[in-house]
Amino acid sequence: MSQSAPAILVRDLHKSYGDHEAVAGVDFEVAAGEIFGLLGPNGAGKTTTVEILEGYRKRSGGIVSVLGFDPEQRPRALRERTGIVLQSCGLYRHIRVREAVAHWAGLYPHPRDVDEVLEITGLAERPNEPARSLSGGQRRRLDLALALIGDPDLIFLDEPTTGFDPAARREAWTTIRQLQELGKTVLLTTHYLDEAQALCDRVAIIKEGRILTEGPPATLSASAGRYRVAWRDEAGKLQEREEEDPTALLHQLTSAALARGAGIEEISVTRPSLEDIYLELTSDPVDEAV
Amino acid sequence: MSTATLSWRQYRLERRMFWRNPAAAFFSFFLPLLFLFLFGAIFRDSQENLDIIVPGIAGLSVMATTFNALATQMTFLREQGVLKRIHGTPLPGGAYLAGIIGSAATNAVFQIAIVIVAARFVFNIGWPQNWPDLIVFTLLGITCFAAMGVAYSHVIPNFEAAPAYTNIVFLPMIFISSVFYDVDVLPKFLADIAEALPLIHVINGLKAGLVTGAPLSDQLSDLAVLAIWTVASVFFAIRGFSWTTRD
Repeated sequence: MSQSAPAILVRDLHKSYGDHEAVAGVDFEVAAGEIFGLLGPNGAGKTTTVEILEGYRKRSGGIVSVLGFDPEQRPRALRERTGIVLQSCGLYRHIRVREAVAHWAGLYPHPRDVDEVLEITGLAERPNEPARSLSGGQRRRLDLALALIGDPDLIFLDEPTTGFDPAARREAWTTIRQLQELGKTVLLTTHYLDEAQALCDRVAIIKEGRILTEGPPATLSASAGRYRVAWRDEAGKLQEREEEDPTALLHQLTSAALARGAGIEEISVTRPSLEDIYLELTSDPVDEAV
Repeated sequence: MSTATLSWRQYRLERRMFWRNPAAAFFSFFLPLLFLFLFGAIFRDSQENLDIIVPGIAGLSVMATTFNALATQMTFLREQGVLKRIHGTPLPGGAYLAGIIGSAATNAVFQIAIVIVAARFVFNIGWPQNWPDLIVFTLLGITCFAAMGVAYSHVIPNFEAAPAYTNIVFLPMIFISSVFYDVDVLPKFLADIAEALPLIHVINGLKAGLVTGAPLSDQLSDLAVLAIWTVASVFFAIRGFSWTTRD
């Protein structure tokens, strides 16, 4: 696989609705075979950005390349190679599960096997169920099945696990990781930061139409720099302190404990999670005051 | 796969979906036929009235199966995001619409066929007097009202509003367009309105085809009005078309 050509390239992307600038100069790249996460609060510009990449919206400015195509021109060759799971999206009221997947298969030049796709999306047990009687989570799996049936190289997942119970979410994660093993590229938007942390090779946090930070989830956490050290002191009170480098503090705590001849209770040293970074970056000053 | 093949697959899916929805199948398929037999029973002793009602119901059927059905269906598909989902696949938009409109046209043709059979065996009118009239006005009526239905769906705000929006057009139009009684009984201003609308011209043509056998050359003014409505409807159907609810 070519490392040089990114699957998605976005440069200085702008999108305005009247006076409102929903996307105000976004840049990012997604390498082929990567799982890339776009995170941000509602109204941050995530969905607008993704819908421009999917070819649903026209950009106001900037450069966009998806698998080497300009999505705004909506070339059929691009649509044949992309699978899209939209945030909320209906289906025929009277269509059945397998019937829908088989019909969609006919829209693509080189579809995957229908039963295989039903299997990996966990729908194989009820192929004749009407789509409308599926539960929310099962509907979402059908959305995924319809996005995968064309054997796309690039898959857009807009909040793919919303409404899933924890077990179903884990299963979906496994499916998404399997896509990566097959060499697929995935662009994911999600509200769930644990999901981004578990799945994404890299994430970008977007707010008010701009990318605030970007990188692998682990690096983002590390670059926030601080360690949080928590312990119970000799009076039995919980203490907590943030340190750039916790070495000195730990040494101080351990030597004091040794001098007392007692252990330190409940000591922990943690890095901020992606969630901490996210909340710190995206929270409004007003929220902090509350 | 070619656009023709894709259109055909979509058409077959639409037919299956249609028959799986008994309520829709009833309203756009059996209701006009119910009208036919009710009014036929009421006016069974007056051949003069039957000669008006039978082509009138044929015209009503063409409008109900295309205009009403497509205005409602396109609103539903847009609101539910089905159009948006389809738009993200390689299926050409034209092939998708051909499948949907083809399905509506099939219902219209079925109904015309049933009216023809009923005219012969129930209403004592006989087989159609002029097939070219019948074919031309059936096809033009389908094209005109199908395009009008798609165009009209652009102004219907949501699916709940769709029945009200379609009926406010459909009901007045059938009452003034010589479906149930001759247009001569209408006050002049209503008759003038009816003459400006497409339905009465479809019915005039169908009446020539089913009952009077007047040659197509006698129906040129009907053809002209329908052609204008068809061109305008196709223009607005395409121009206002949106695959999504936003923007």
